[in-house]
Amino acid sequence: MDHGTVIEATKAVVTLDIALPGIIWGWMITLNMWAKSIGTGVVLVGAFLLHRHKKEEMPNLRWLMPLISFIALNIFLFFTLIDLHQPLRMINIFLHPHWTSAITVGAWMASLFTGLIMLMAVIGAFDAFPDFRRHCSIAKSVRAKSSLYEKVFPFVVFLALPVTMYTAIIMAQSSARELWVGAPELIQMLLAAFMVGSASLILISEKWSAEVKKDLAMILAFSVAFSFTMYMGEYFFSFKAAEVEATLAFVHSGGAYNVQFWFAMVLGFIIPFFIAKGSMTNYNPTLMRFAAVTTLIGLYMAKDVWLKIPQLLPLS
Amino acid sequence: MKLGFLVDLNLCMGCKGCEIACKVENEVPLSSWRLRVKYIDMGTFPDTSRSFTPLRCNHCENAPCERICPVSALHYLDNGIVNIDSARCIGCAGCMMACPYGAIYMDPESNTADKCTYCAHRVESGLMPACVVACPVEANIFGDVEDETSHISRYIMEHRGAVQVRKPEKHTDPKHYYVGGGNQTLNPLAHERIEGYGLFNNITTLDTIGDPNHSILDRFITPIFGGHNDHLTNESFLEFEQGQDENKKEKGGHH
Repeated sequence: MDHGTVIEATKAVVTLDIALPGIIWGWMITLNMWAKSIGTGVVLVGAFLLHRHKKEEMPNLRWLMPLISFIALNIFLFFTLIDLHQPLRMINIFLHPHWTSAITVGAWMASLFTGLIMLMAVIGAFDAFPDFRRHCSIAKSVRAKSSLYEKVFPFVVFLALPVTMYTAIIMAQSSARELWVGAPELIQMLLAAFMVGSASLILISEKWSAEVKKDLAMILAFSVAFSFTMYMGEYFFSFKAAEVEATLAFVHSGGAYNVQFWFAMVLGFIIPFFIAKGSMTNYNPTLMRFAAVTTLIGLYMAKDVWLKIPQLLPLS
Repeated sequence: MKLGFLVDLNLCMGCKGCEIACKVENEVPLSSWRLRVKYIDMGTFPDTSRSFTPLRCNHCENAPCERICPVSALHYLDNGIVNIDSARCIGCAGCMMACPYGAIYMDPESNTADKCTYCAHRVESGLMPACVVACPVEANIFGDVEDETSHISRYIMEHRGAVQVRKPEKHTDPKHYYVGGGNQTLNPLAHERIEGYGLFNNITTLDTIGDPNHSILDRFITPIFGGHNDHLTNESFLEFEQGQDENKKEKGGHH
């Protein structure tokens, strides 16, 4: 290091300080958000498809949709739990809830949502495989209450919206990270759910009708296009907050996460957009499966960057 | 009653007595600080100056940490102190993400969030916070900002126009004031951290938040069956240091 360099009069330099905290919320929180988007996204996209098409056109949707959602939600809840420094005290959220916290409200909603999804998954699976445990009394009673699935479903779809979006409020409540603004993050969360929801359903849509598949391509194309536009807006035009400008200037200059951000944009947004747009008129199942996979990977990477870059800035 | 703090940066000489007193009083573990004094150098040689800025929790009236805490571990006391109940904290680190002043840390021994409480336990007994007692130049002034006869209120009135808070644009309404500060000392964006300019240390970043040995499985297993977390304390560090010294002696090194 060249100690002969003069310190400019207009600049101040820190000459003694403590070690600064690094990334506080890391990959587990990224995985948490990503898995939650899948868990709620398949329900939202599934509901849209069921609204537009007959269920016979999507024969496995009734049991696979809640099953995928249930698996994703359990990944989300598991990583939420192990990210805590005192995981066994998670119960305090239910015993001593603090309702101004979006973490509390979200935990309650997500738990209820997971419970209802589990109910749907069990009913859907027993109905899809009528010979499985035919003589089991529990299976019989579940099959007898099969209509509960359709009764619960509208409420689950309604609940999927706030469960998708509450993480944006947590980000907004993280006042120290100015990059995360409530309103755009709410829309980003919703779009992320539609992106990975449609991507997940594309992977199980082999036997679905052509019209349903084209709808899936349309949802994927529009959601990645809107989400990409928002990322570009936030990435280049966040002029009004000094801390945001400082953070983004560091990333723009080729700093940490610059390459990952652009890799995510190409993989998760640009490639799927062009493939999905083409498949809206001429559906190509192989390319669409490829687009679905790149969307899932790209969104994880984009969320990871967006989570970590505001944490690079020293706060004091 | 609304307790507040004022630091006169014109008086502070950077002795770090307050920092040490805080560490001792509150048994703050290694790699963690409730209060720290940051040195900032300004100007071009030979016209340079060094400022010392003690940084601690601002005990905001509109505290983002209190709002985001899912279990009310962070809560207001009647006297305005933003206190923390470590026994209730779940360690989500939401408060660390919310605090605009970077004043909250994850205790590596208890794996719960912790911060300056204005020595609430001492205040309750009618004592001053440890850092106030330790300050040799009385740069730390503590008292009731709602009582206009209190020392702090009079000090604020005497220096009106020169009293500042950190990041007022955040609307957190801090109850921690500075006299003699400037943008270059109070605004983290106005000063740089350049490698090689540190007095005693390089620019360092903590590798982990909380206990560095807390792996995924340990988080579940340790609280039930016990584990390495039980013996990773300041005492174990001192024992390690003593062991190192004994090794040096054996090898004929200086003590």
